[in-house]
Amino acid sequence: MEFLYDIPVIGMVIQFVVYVIVQLPVLAPTIMAAAVPIILGALCGFMNERSGVVNIGIEGMMLTAAFVAWWTAAIAAQFLPDLRIGIMGITLPLLIGLALAILAAMAVSAVHAWLSISVRADQIISGTIINIFAVGITGYLNLLISQHSPPSAGQFQALRLPSFLADIPIIGPLVGALIGVGPIALSMLISVIVLQVLLFRSRWGLRTRSVGEHPKAAETVGIDVIKLRYRNVILGGVFAGLAGAYLTIEFGNAFQGEMTAGRGFIALAALIFGRWTPVGAFGAALLFTASIGLQRSIQFAPPEGALGDFLSTLPSQFYSALPYIIVIIVLAGVVGRSVAPAAVGRPYERESKAA
Amino acid sequence: MTAATAPKRSLWRRAWDVSLLPAIAIGLALIFGAVLMILSSPLIGGFDLFLPITAYKALLQGSVGSLNSIVNTLVNATPLVLAGLAVGIGFKGGLFNIGAQGQFLIGAMCAAVAAIALNDASPWVAVPVSIIAGMLGGMAWGFIPGFLKAFRGAHEVVTTIMLNFVAIYLVSYVISGPMRGTGPEVTFARTDAIVAAELPIIIGRNGHLGLLFAAVAVPLAWWLLYRSTTGFEIRTAGANPDAARYAGMHPRWLIVLTMSICGLLAGLAGASEILGEVGYMPASYGTTVGFDAIAVALLGRANPVGILFSALLFGAMQAGAGQMQVEAGIPAQMVAVLQAVILFFLAAESVVRRVLKVRTAGTGLGTELQTVSRSYGEQATR
Repeated sequence: MEFLYDIPVIGMVIQFVVYVIVQLPVLAPTIMAAAVPIILGALCGFMNERSGVVNIGIEGMMLTAAFVAWWTAAIAAQFLPDLRIGIMGITLPLLIGLALAILAAMAVSAVHAWLSISVRADQIISGTIINIFAVGITGYLNLLISQHSPPSAGQFQALRLPSFLADIPIIGPLVGALIGVGPIALSMLISVIVLQVLLFRSRWGLRTRSVGEHPKAAETVGIDVIKLRYRNVILGGVFAGLAGAYLTIEFGNAFQGEMTAGRGFIALAALIFGRWTPVGAFGAALLFTASIGLQRSIQFAPPEGALGDFLSTLPSQFYSALPYIIVIIVLAGVVGRSVAPAAVGRPYERESKAA
Repeated sequence: MTAATAPKRSLWRRAWDVSLLPAIAIGLALIFGAVLMILSSPLIGGFDLFLPITAYKALLQGSVGSLNSIVNTLVNATPLVLAGLAVGIGFKGGLFNIGAQGQFLIGAMCAAVAAIALNDASPWVAVPVSIIAGMLGGMAWGFIPGFLKAFRGAHEVVTTIMLNFVAIYLVSYVISGPMRGTGPEVTFARTDAIVAAELPIIIGRNGHLGLLFAAVAVPLAWWLLYRSTTGFEIRTAGANPDAARYAGMHPRWLIVLTMSICGLLAGLAGASEILGEVGYMPASYGTTVGFDAIAVALLGRANPVGILFSALLFGAMQAGAGQMQVEAGIPAQMVAVLQAVILFFLAAESVVRRVLKVRTAGTGLGTELQTVSRSYGEQATR
C-alpha cells in the first residue's frame, strides 16, 4: 500500500483518504458531538419548511434555549436537592432546565408562526427579528447575571456502553460514538428516525407535505392549512430547544453571548443539502462537522511524510473556516438537484378571506 | 399662493405618511425596553421604577447632549449608512444580503493592508488607494454569493452567512500572520498603526472624512436606484425576474452586479471605520455593523433616504449606549433588543394599524421586500 503514496499528488490524496478512514473511529465522537446541535436545528427547520414556512430564526431560537437551559438549571440547582437518577448524569435541575429551554424555544416559534402565518409578514424578516432579539436579550441578561456569578448545574453525561460492545474492533468505537452519548443526543437520534418514518408513512406526514407543496389543494380536501402550519412550526421549536440546551447542559456547562456561532444557519444548509429529509440532514451535518474532527486529528496524530507536513503547515484558521467553506461548495454544487417544498416562504391566504 | 404651497404641503403629508408607523414602532419599543429594565432592575442594584428614565436620559445625553456627542452619533451612523445601503440595495434587487458583515470585514482588512503598505507615501496617494482597496475587497466578497446565486442557485441567505464566518477566519489569519505589526504599540494581534492613510478629522473631536462618504453615498444610491437605467433594471429584476427576462434584461448578471455593488458599499464602510476611527486593524474585530445594517435597511424600508434616517437613529442609540451603561448600569445589548422590537412592530404593521386605528398610506415592510422570501423556495427553478 505504502508504495502508492509516492505517486505525485494522487499519492497524497490516497494517503489522505486512508488516513481519514483509519482515524475515523477516533474522530467519530468529536464529529458526532459537533453535529448534534446542527442536526437538531435542521429538524426544527424541517418541521417549518416542510409545511411551507421559512425559518432562518433557528439560530436565535437555539441561543434563547441555550441561555434558558443554563440559567434555569443553575437557579434550580440552588434551591432543589441534588436528586440523581443514576444514569447519564440526569438530575432534577438539569431536567427543569431542559424542559424550560424547550418551552422557551416553542414560545419563540409561536411568535414566528404568528408573524409568518397570521400577520403574513415576510418570513425571512421574522426570522431576522428573532435572531437580533435573541442576541440582544441573552447578551443583556447574561451580562447582568454573570455579575452575580451563579454556580453551574453541571451537565448530562454520556451513556456508558457495556464493555463487550465497546471492545469490538472498528464497529465498537463507531457504535459507541453513535449511542454512547448524552440524553439530548440520544433523543436526536430517535427523532431523526421517527420523523423520517412519519414524513413518508403517516397521515401527518402526507398532510404536512401537501401543505408545504400545494396549500390550496390541501385546503380543498379539508386540511386546515393554517392550523397545521401553526402546529408544525411550534412543534419545530422543540428541536431548536433541544439544540440550545445541548450546548449549555450536555456539550458544555456554561453560557456565552452568541455562543451558537452560526450553527442555526449551518443547520439550514444541512437541511437543504439533505433534501429536506431528516436522514439526509443527519448525513449532511456529519459531513460538515467532519472537518472539526479532522483538525483535531491532524493536530495530535498527523499523517507521515509530505502529507503530514503539508497539513500541519495550513493555518488553524483554515480548519476553523472549513465547515463554512464546505457548506458553500456543497450548496453551489448540489442545490440544482435539491428542490425546496414549493410553497415555502409564501404566506397562505384563504380564498374566502381574499375575496 | 395656494399653488406655491400645494406641493410643499404634499411633501409634508408624504413625510408624515411614511414616518408615522416607524415612529409608533420606536415608541412601542421604548416602552418594551422600559418594562424590561424595570423587571431586570433587581439584578442591577435593587428594584427601581425610575430606572428607564435614568437610562433613556443618559442615552439621550450621550447621543445629542453636546457637540461632541452629536459628532459621535454621526461617526457611529456612518458605517450604518454605508452598510445599510449595502443591505437596502440588495432588498431592491430581491436579494437578502446578510453578508454585509463579512464584506465589511474584508473591506476593512484590504484597506488596512493597503494603508500599511503605503505608510511612507503621501496622504494624497495613501488615502484614495486604501479606500479603493477596501471597496474592491468588499466588492469581491459580495461578488461570490452573487455569482453562486445567479449561476449555481445557492441561496444568498445561507452563502452570505457562511462567508461572514470565512471572513472572520481569513482576517484572523492575515492580521495575526503575515500582517502582524512589529511596532512597540502592538501588544496583541493587530497591524501597525496606520499613519499616511489616516482619514483627516473634519468636525469636532472625532468626526472624520468618512462622514462625507456616507453623505455622498446616500444621494448617489438614490440616483442609482431611481434615476439610472441600471437601477431600473435592478428593481425590475428584484420585483419580477421573469418580467425582467422577457423585457430583454439579464437577471442573472443583475444579481451579480447588485451583490457586487452591495459588497462595495459595505467594504467602503469597513475602510472608513479602520482608516478614520480605529487607526489599525485588529485580528479579531468585534463589530456588529453588518447585522445592525439589516435592521437599518428594514427600518428605512430599503429607501436610501429612509436608511439615512434610521442609521442616524441607530447611530444615536449606539453613541448613547456607553453613557447608559455607565450611568444606569444597563448593558449596551439593550440597543439590540430595542432594534429587534422596533422591527417586530414594523413587521406586524397590519396589526398595529388595526389596533391603534392608524390610517396612513405608508408602505409596509412586506410590500417593499416581498420577493426576498419568495425567492427562497425558487432557488432550484431559476
